Amino acid sequence: MNVTIVDYNSGNISSVINSFKEVAKDKVNIEVTSDLNKIKNSDKVVLPGQGSFKSCIDALRKISGLVDTLNEFTINNKKPLLGICVGLQMFADIGYEETETKGLGWISGNVSKIDNQNGKYKLPHIGWNEINITKDSKIFKGIENKSHMYFVHSYEFVPEDKNVISATTDYSSNIVCSVEKENIFGTQFHPEKSDKFGLKIIDNFINL
Amino acid sequence: MLKNRIIPCLDVKNGRVVKGINFVDLQDAGDPVEQAKIYSDGGADEICFLDITASNENRDTIYDVVERTSKNCFVPLTVGGGVRCIEDINKLLNCGADKVSINTAAVQNSKVVEESSKKFGSQCIVVAIDAKKNGETWEIFTHGGRNATGINAIEFANKMENCGAGELLVTSMDKDGTQSGYDIELMKTISFNVNIPVIASGGVGTLDHLVEGIKSGASAVLAASIFHYGTFSVKEAKQYLASKDIPVRI
Repeated sequence: MNVTIVDYNSGNISSVINSFKEVAKDKVNIEVTSDLNKIKNSDKVVLPGQGSFKSCIDALRKISGLVDTLNEFTINNKKPLLGICVGLQMFADIGYEETETKGLGWISGNVSKIDNQNGKYKLPHIGWNEINITKDSKIFKGIENKSHMYFVHSYEFVPEDKNVISATTDYSSNIVCSVEKENIFGTQFHPEKSDKFGLKIIDNFINL
Repeated sequence: MLKNRIIPCLDVKNGRVVKGINFVDLQDAGDPVEQAKIYSDGGADEICFLDITASNENRDTIYDVVERTSKNCFVPLTVGGGVRCIEDINKLLNCGADKVSINTAAVQNSKVVEESSKKFGSQCIVVAIDAKKNGETWEIFTHGGRNATGINAIEFANKMENCGAGELLVTSMDKDGTQSGYDIELMKTISFNVNIPVIASGGVGTLDHLVEGIKSGASAVLAASIFHYGTFSVKEAKQYLASKDIPVRI
């Protein structure tokens, strides 16, 4: 099996690569590339993302044909894709970080700044927070409700259809921190930095 | 609920762990990768490396340490010390650091913070502030605490927030190495004046000091010697904080 981590200059993806390689050992081939053919032919795709919504979308679009390839992989061929952090946020129709930016539009909704309640909550939301699992997600197999995951973000994904939400976390309000829609998976937290439970989520995705 | 973070810090020189008392009198002890792994297995919420390698020719040793650590530890890794420019940040991130802390370069040229937070995202840019009490306020120091700047620490903290820093790592020069507790007034004042998380540093000698640090408004507490010399394990520290009703990840 081939799992491809999309390398589109979205910032630092070393930790994502290290964690997937740690979990995959020799059983699964982990490819890190922006090569469209390799992405097309892989079994699963991981879409990381750091920095702003706009900078990640811009970086995706800068690689000619990449968005089309991802659309084909995910929407037409319905193969599993995992978005991490801004990788998840880009599923939305629109993001408001820096300036209004069109997203991939895979899951209807928008990405807006977390309400810090006049400074009551520090932003970014950095650190370990509990996840409230709201529906059975394949990537949560063996993960207990209220497990701690590592977060770093100031913006949140607000999907229109609440049925896609698989977990939330409490920070200022109930923030969506994981989604599952058919073959599309996403985590706002960083499984690659969430110690053994995070690695378990990665293992679950690899073994889908 | 978001948990308060406990961050053990390792001072690294020429690829080896040391801990300075008031930034001098270094004692060599241990392999940083091994030490980091012990910390992350013990429940450390993050690991911090402070590279204090003085000579340029040995500076590359930190990249190897970071690379090996990131393949063994799956919690966030912050690396600071000697970070001068965007290229240094890029290199550390590529080796597997999750955040980079910038001290002297941020004071000398705030554009480094502005540009790096735009390029890599605020989430990986930590500005380290070394502050010393001066009358009614605090003054920041650079070059590992050697050079006075005349710059007010509170004003500088605000400026760094505006430049895009994701977090501030605040060290009291008066307290560092004394094991007499954090400079609580400094932590309180800075936490109150910024809307980004503050990591309290410098002076931890007992577990109560960690409690005081969190109560001052810091989002995370950093300590080196109490963990490094085995006075307390990270696990013991977390259990103690939990017993004082401070939310931690256990």
